[in-house]
Amino acid sequence: MPHAEPWLERAPLLLRDAVNALLPAPARWWVDSFLDIAVLLGVFGLLFAFLTLAERKVLGRIQNRPGPNRAGWGGVLQPFADGIKMLTKEDIVPRLADPILHFAAPVALVAFSLMSFAVIPYGRHLLALDMDSGVLYFFAAGASSELAVFMAGWSGRNKYSLLAAMRALAQLISYELPLLLSFVPVVMISGSLSPSAIVTAQGGWHLGFIPRWNVLTPWGFAGFAIFMVASLAESNRSPFDLPEAESELIAGHLTEYSGFKYALFFMAEYFGMCALGGMAVTLFLGGWQAPCAFLGFIPSYAWFGAKLLALLLGFIWIRATLPRLRIDQLTRFAWKFLVPLALVNLVTVGFWHLSASWSRGFDPLRWAIAIALVVIPFVAMGRRLSAGLGPRTYRFAAQ
Amino acid sequence: MSTLQACLLLSSLLFSIGLAVAIARSSAILVLMGIELMLNAASMNFIAFWRFGPNPEAATGVLFALFAIAVAAAEAAVGLALVIALYRHQRTIRLQEATRLKG
Amino acid sequence: MNAVLAAIALLILASAGIALTLRNIVRSVILLVVTWFGIAAFYLWAGAEFVAFAQVLVYGGAVSMVVLFAVLLVRHGKAGVAETPAPSGRIVSALLAGGAIAGALAGAVALTPLAPAAGPAPFAPVRHIGVLLLNTHAASLLAAGAILTVALLGGVVLAAGGGPEKEDGP
Repeated sequence: MPHAEPWLERAPLLLRDAVNALLPAPARWWVDSFLDIAVLLGVFGLLFAFLTLAERKVLGRIQNRPGPNRAGWGGVLQPFADGIKMLTKEDIVPRLADPILHFAAPVALVAFSLMSFAVIPYGRHLLALDMDSGVLYFFAAGASSELAVFMAGWSGRNKYSLLAAMRALAQLISYELPLLLSFVPVVMISGSLSPSAIVTAQGGWHLGFIPRWNVLTPWGFAGFAIFMVASLAESNRSPFDLPEAESELIAGHLTEYSGFKYALFFMAEYFGMCALGGMAVTLFLGGWQAPCAFLGFIPSYAWFGAKLLALLLGFIWIRATLPRLRIDQLTRFAWKFLVPLALVNLVTVGFWHLSASWSRGFDPLRWAIAIALVVIPFVAMGRRLSAGLGPRTYRFAAQ
Repeated sequence: MSTLQACLLLSSLLFSIGLAVAIARSSAILVLMGIELMLNAASMNFIAFWRFGPNPEAATGVLFALFAIAVAAAEAAVGLALVIALYRHQRTIRLQEATRLKG
Repeated sequence: MNAVLAAIALLILASAGIALTLRNIVRSVILLVVTWFGIAAFYLWAGAEFVAFAQVLVYGGAVSMVVLFAVLLVRHGKAGVAETPAPSGRIVSALLAGGAIAGALAGAVALTPLAPAAGPAPFAPVRHIGVLLLNTHAASLLAAGAILTVALLGGVVLAAGGGPEKEDGP
């Protein structure tokens, strides 16, 4: 329905064209790119600011306390107060530190996490960079940020931050594997590494009302679950926030950072969380597609935003409810549970792809086999993972 | 000078730097990095010839570069494991001092 | 287009050249990682998008981490991560060898009559590469997979096993 496209859907494009029309033709490409960058920075910068506030408010609500409520009406100005505080703090560089790497680490981290925003399709027409191998680009940018973590830990010339950086790297590398393996099924089914093609492949409805999102298939659900767990770990979120467990360690590899550089690390963490959430929406939750046909009048970017915010709320909720894992539990969970599960998921999706040509009468059988391929390894490996771990007994605490 | 020649010149300079790193540095890790640089220079040639070659549809240069990347990763893993094993046995990774084959 | 190539060449050669001279191993390694990023930029410039991202993912994400872990797991004498330099004779010979190879290669490049195809950068879609990998080059793909698996196992055995730990005092 290209002719009947609602006005709101095209509003961002119209705005861009209006700006472009004011300029001479040779400058248009530059202005286009610049506008994309500026809008992404503005939107996600604001989202970052209000996400910190939302996180503190939601955590407060879950823990039965009000949360920040002094700056502005109900605390809405809290992020800006925090920003001013961070900007005016003294920026301390240790005397023995490696000054170049100490400065480069937060900059590189923020740069890499911002780069990954370029390939996420935010709406039907809202995609900064339509690349043929965009998903690979996304994960390449994410993998490069490990380097920044190492630089941060090493440059401070502090053995605690160095140890914490090595531990953080062990975690990041361990969870990189399930993260990469969990999206392979999506690529196998949609036959493309381009995010926009993956979203388009999820359009339409089964039986007229069930959306064809990847998450609503057995392999897609397993992949989505693995992806979410791994992206919690990749963005250093609780319960995998071992790299900077603020209540147990002295902020890990960030020990020697203060002031605005410290704020940059947090910014990069939230950006990484938003980017991974956006990629999860793109890969598994149908991207900007509306869940029901009759809701199609709502612009696509609003759907993307709603799904992204729901995932982010889930991240915050998990942080408030789950206790932190120990480092050995953390790596064991990745290598002995998530990676084998993701590998089995590849078999499942292979079966799903091959059985796509079965006649409709076999559909229940097809679903049953696929669900069994997901559930049986999950149960078996879960049993093995928790073998020998009885109910916890408290020897010293009063019952 | 055509663009292809510029690319080839770049990769040959990189190859020479890699060779110099491999010979001049005494740390086994940096020697390995020098070898990686030489491998990368070779892949750059493949890509350059694919880019300016007569038959880009076959994508042979691209595939060769991909295989080179995979094998280089394997090489790095084994080489660095060897470095760590060497360090464990002889407490040094200076190649001048690692002169024994027995652990 | 040539300005972009010149910038990429400058990035690659400068980072590799400085890495050659630095005493500090960690800085050297990080500069070499920058070189790898530069090489990825070169691939991107040449239109081999998939190879460029594979390069960043493998080199920037995986190989660099293995190298840095190795740097941290071994001790480099009393001076932390500063490398004790090689004897000066070797440095001179290394520079001579490098210079000779560079000269020979540059001469060969300059003298060879090449007929490059002009025109825009070719484009290799991922789908095309995948089809080629799984049909024409399936045997090589399997061999690469086998090599990677064996290398991984060998690396784990070498680094983790290898007899009892010899403890020495600090």
